[in-house]
Amino acid sequence: MNTHYGIYGGAYVAETLTGALRELEGAFLEAMQDLSFKKELQDLLTNYVGRESPLYHAKRLSETCGGAQIYLKREDLNHTGAHKINNAIGQALLAKRMGKKRLIAETGAGMHGVATATVAALFGMECEIFMGAVDVARQAPNVERMHALGAKVRSIMEGGQTLKDAMNSALREWTSCSRDTFYLIGTAAGPYPYPMIVKEFQSVIGKEARRQCMEQTGRLPDEVIACVGGGSNAIGIFAGFLDTPQVRLVGAEAGGLGLETGMHAASINGGKVGILHGMKAYFLQDENGQMLDTHSVSAGLDYSGVGPEHCYLADTKRVKYTVIKDDEAIHAFDTLCRTEGIIPALESSHAIAQAIKDAATMSKDQIVIVNLSGRGDKDMENIKNYKVHHGQNL
Amino acid sequence: MDRISNIFKAKKPLIIFTEAGYPSMQQCEEAIDLAILNGADIIELGVPFSDPMADGPVIAEASQKTAEKGIGLTDVLLLAKRIRQKHEETGLILFSYMNPMLHYGYERLCKDLDALGVDGILPVDLPLEERNELLVPCRNHGLHLIPLVSPLTPPDRTREILANMTGFVYYINVAGVTGARKTLPEDYPELIHGVKALTNLPVASGFGIADAKTAAQAAQYADGVICGSGFVKAMETSPQAAARFIKELRTF
Repeated sequence: MNTHYGIYGGAYVAETLTGALRELEGAFLEAMQDLSFKKELQDLLTNYVGRESPLYHAKRLSETCGGAQIYLKREDLNHTGAHKINNAIGQALLAKRMGKKRLIAETGAGMHGVATATVAALFGMECEIFMGAVDVARQAPNVERMHALGAKVRSIMEGGQTLKDAMNSALREWTSCSRDTFYLIGTAAGPYPYPMIVKEFQSVIGKEARRQCMEQTGRLPDEVIACVGGGSNAIGIFAGFLDTPQVRLVGAEAGGLGLETGMHAASINGGKVGILHGMKAYFLQDENGQMLDTHSVSAGLDYSGVGPEHCYLADTKRVKYTVIKDDEAIHAFDTLCRTEGIIPALESSHAIAQAIKDAATMSKDQIVIVNLSGRGDKDMENIKNYKVHHGQNL
Repeated sequence: MDRISNIFKAKKPLIIFTEAGYPSMQQCEEAIDLAILNGADIIELGVPFSDPMADGPVIAEASQKTAEKGIGLTDVLLLAKRIRQKHEETGLILFSYMNPMLHYGYERLCKDLDALGVDGILPVDLPLEERNELLVPCRNHGLHLIPLVSPLTPPDRTREILANMTGFVYYINVAGVTGARKTLPEDYPELIHGVKALTNLPVASGFGIADAKTAAQAAQYADGVICGSGFVKAMETSPQAAARFIKELRTF
């Protein structure tokens, strides 16, 4: 098996966890050969998640930008409101197959926590979600949803109290209970085989988008854009186009207040190669190799690392990784709300912001697909606070 | 001379994990000096790290607090130098998560450790599959890379992990993170015996050992006993408390 992407990836974990990772790898590879597994997954994606998700031609947004035609891959219309459910369903089916009774997961914005709590309820499993205390406060509606679904939410008080710290705690928990507990990682990061598994379950986004684009326009897109925190929605949509070099791929990292301020979460653009959470990848770190706290208006992108395949795709220049600042994301949020009547998640607003920039430089017969990875209901309070704080009109 | 082998030949060593620079560099050094005077044979110098994923609350907090003060690997090397100058016979092992070492540079680190008289490296998050990147520089500079085996490691894998390794084996007593436990697991004697049957290296036992009772229990079966969280908690109080803790522990 290819456990690395160039020099990135691998499985840098304590010896105690290596058995659980091997067990997971075995179960996954076996499941992928099993038609009944694939059938059950497909049935749930269709009838429970509501796939396929539409590819929508955002005409008013395109006109506003005055350039390329922008199409939105509507992952926000999935059950639970984001792409996270695609992977959660897949991994929960694996957990069931492996006879595990309990799911644990880390979450930042809470969308993966909600997705995991949802599938735990669906399969009758126990569920505990690890979430940084800062995120518990700023994503309160999602915490309520997890509670409603019967999950426990453990608020993590250490470090910067965001996604990185939640993942540390979830890994600790898993070290002591891997025999009966399945760790459902939500992003295309962590130790092998997780980046491979998450990519597989999210690649449905890219496969659909490619086919839908051909059906609707008779051609491939010129550019595909996704936001990148850990990188699951991005690797999912890129998966449909990686082998087609003429399709430009762009990942928008969270620029926070700007790279030069140090207050951001752009691991590829501002980080160095490091090892954490079981993988070798780009991380934001200081001169002693300590991981830095991150800043982003969007909790889901607020992570000091990024999935290993993205690091490889950055080095090989197959994907261009850009930086979108908080204010650009907020502006894109407003623009999409008011031109299309679609309220995007703050994470996805980073991809929209990139599309607004890029489309303006392209011609009217060109096509840009944006992965609209989640809906923004969870962010209303944050948007209000941001605007009040910055003296903007609500 | 191989210091580590000589120590294990002479007796069942008491191996102490210290969070380097905690609660301050001076208090830490004093605690280590007193630990050695009171019966510690090998010192593990823990490198402060912002994200100690394999540690329980005591060591995790000490590690993060120390890292936040800006104490890093370079400071730990300076501490190692001072300890070595004062204690010629004591075993010194660098105990670290991978990232600070990767950041410093493996080759440069191994060269510096060798020059300072440190005996080896114990990497927390470096399993067999990824080991070569650090094993090769360790070999180049005559350092032990201490292998770890857990209660969940199957025998075939244990054999593979321990083949051609040097120093000693770190047997992780419990499937979990570091920290005190009231007793060792029921199947502990059987499991550690299984590991000893597969290697000629001495097998030291750590995780969950926090008092004289658990230390003596482990010493019945293991070739050496490792204590971490209990000592770090004592260090936090005072170097004298750390010394008392070692005296109480050293009954085997």
